Amino acid sequence: MIPLANPVPYIAVIGLVLVGLFAVVFKRNLIKIVIGITIIESGVNLFLITLGYRENSIAPIYTSSPGGLMSLPVPQALTLTSIVIGVAVLALMISFIVHIYRHYNTLDASKIRGDEE
Amino acid sequence: MSKRNFAAVIFFTIVAVFLFFTALMMHPFGIFDDNNQPEMDDRIIDNSQTETGANNAVTGVVFDYRGFDTLGEATVLFTAVAGVILVFRRLKK
Amino acid sequence: MSGMSKIVKTIASLAFPFVMIYGLYIIAHGHLTPGGGFQGGAIVASGAAMILVAYGSVWTMGKVKEKHLSTLESTGAIVFIGTAILGLLFAGVFFNNFLFDSNLIFNIVPTGGSTVGILNSAGTLPIMNFAVGLKVVAGLFAIVLVMAYATTKMGGNEK
Repeated sequence: MIPLANPVPYIAVIGLVLVGLFAVVFKRNLIKIVIGITIIESGVNLFLITLGYRENSIAPIYTSSPGGLMSLPVPQALTLTSIVIGVAVLALMISFIVHIYRHYNTLDASKIRGDEE
Repeated sequence: MSKRNFAAVIFFTIVAVFLFFTALMMHPFGIFDDNNQPEMDDRIIDNSQTETGANNAVTGVVFDYRGFDTLGEATVLFTAVAGVILVFRRLKK
Repeated sequence: MSGMSKIVKTIASLAFPFVMIYGLYIIAHGHLTPGGGFQGGAIVASGAAMILVAYGSVWTMGKVKEKHLSTLESTGAIVFIGTAILGLLFAGVFFNNFLFDSNLIFNIVPTGGSTVGILNSAGTLPIMNFAVGLKVVAGLFAIVLVMAYATTKMGGNEK
């Protein structure tokens, strides 16, 4: 990685998104697909926070702070909203999985979709 | 392998290559040079105590400078709880 | 689901007040230290979920009806929106901080730089912190309770 000086946060984001995408595309159990979606959301939240860091900076809080450069507060506020929305979407997805299981009596995505073998 | 599996592998490699090349074009981690200075965040950090009265700049942003986004998030949380209780009400009978 | 053994029930009911006080501290000091409404609400909801797992969902559903939880959540949402509309009535802008530097409650302006935090500051922010914390606690606990109770009945029903 010659052009970037410190590529470790971006490599972590790419790793999380690719692991989640592998679970969504290649797995057939419904619960594994939902876990893959949650891992992709964790990767996106990490990316939002790494955009707001300044070198050698402290948290943007004035109570008994040692003074100095502060990191940006707006990406942290956007990440807070994103985490809560991720929890809401996860709760709805799991309740729909319970409903689907009562109706079809299986958790295999290709059998529910009706693929011939 | 079947046709669907082959298309899935092609899609996965295209996304992986795209993400890798995007990461090489990002700005270096933690360094803001002369043509992307964070002017909005510098103004929020400097004036957060005298305009909102909060020592915590992140809470000042969430509830005062961008309170409308918090209203939208509270609506999403309410809708999710209503949806979950609605789905399980028919299962209980 | 049924409850767990007597040791688990005793330890859970001993630890629950401490978890609740810690979560309430993080909600109340949201404008001074890291934290706020959403984070403190998640901590209190985790403590309540610990009680649900230790005592079983049938006992917990007997003590806490779900329409009380829905009333609590709606109260939190009404207080949040009411504070925003009061800002519109008093100063002409939606979500205006109308208690900041006025003569009512929560009106001390902190001096610049690194200070020791004053709890009586920051206008409408502590009120909104409590409203959002109440909403998050009631919402997350209602989700977990309804899911745990409905899946006990699923074993006896046919399709």
